[in-house]
Amino acid sequence: MSDPNGLITAGQVAPGFTLPAAPDGREVGPGQFRGRPVVLAFYPADWTPVCSDQMALYQAALPELERYGAELLGISVDSVDSHRAFARSRGIRFPLLADFEPKGEVSRRYGAYAPRGQSDRALVVLDPDGRVAWSHLSPPEVNPGVDGILDTLDRLGTDRRVDAR
Amino acid sequence: MTTPLQVTTARLRIPVTERDHVRGPVDAPVTVVEYGDFQCRFCGAAYPNLAEVLRQRADVVRLAYRHFPITNVHPYAEHAAETAEAAGARGRFWEMHDWLYEHQDQLDPVHLSLGVEQVGLPPDEVGAEVGRQAHADRVRQDFVGGIRSGVNGTPTLFVNDIRHDGGYDLAELLAVVDAAAGA
Repeated sequence: MSDPNGLITAGQVAPGFTLPAAPDGREVGPGQFRGRPVVLAFYPADWTPVCSDQMALYQAALPELERYGAELLGISVDSVDSHRAFARSRGIRFPLLADFEPKGEVSRRYGAYAPRGQSDRALVVLDPDGRVAWSHLSPPEVNPGVDGILDTLDRLGTDRRVDAR
Repeated sequence: MTTPLQVTTARLRIPVTERDHVRGPVDAPVTVVEYGDFQCRFCGAAYPNLAEVLRQRADVVRLAYRHFPITNVHPYAEHAAETAEAAGARGRFWEMHDWLYEHQDQLDPVHLSLGVEQVGLPPDEVGAEVGRQAHADRVRQDFVGGIRSGVNGTPTLFVNDIRHDGGYDLAELLAVVDAAAGA
């Protein structure tokens, strides 16, 4: 589960955690949203061009994620103060979590921490029971978009309908 | 075991149909689909190059334009897109599209209204239509289709359904179109 060299994979139970989140520093974690899908978007840093585009895109796409009842959480090793200013500058209203102290601890537990001292650019979608439904590791300079997330949420919706029969 | 980096080749999932705004011959062997944001400076930089590609390869390529406004970063982008749709409903989509990309620093409501007038449309009527969000669904449909196809920013181009992950200078765009035409 906490393989230091590899991103957590589908089927594994997602490690529980909370981290302080922008804008107000309250503790936020996936366990608070049990019963709904949770999208964890690990990214290297606030303010760098690709990250800005990715998080700005995710804000624009947020209504589509909300149609699935999904909760989106951005995570990097930046501080709450940095997250707050970054969120304001890009109009981001979903929580940005500060994996700041101890630095990168949550990213490491998900196998999403790079030796250069930042989170990887990695997406992890948790199903409503807190299991990993899908994960994806991008090169740091490539914005992975939203299509893989939406495809996974589609699949989870279908699976749940099957379960309900 | 290290997780391999994953890069997928995104493909256009929403085919070009008669609902699209298309410029160029209907039977062109190469179709470029642009997902754009009228307030995005990178789209503005690509605009003259795309126009030049259409001019230099007039028999080969057609361009379809779809909306991808990132409204949390570009506060005027949504109104600009809906105004282009209002113009499209009156047969003037491309005239409005061109005006918007040629006046990216004038997308505020006052200047936008002047622009509508300059392309020969009634500004009050168009303004009221945009004000009651008559074209918001259409813009949203473009945006959602874009994210499903792997659009991750603007501009994003698809050349014969394959996402173009390179740059937008004229030489590169010509090379990509020529390669698609020869394929």
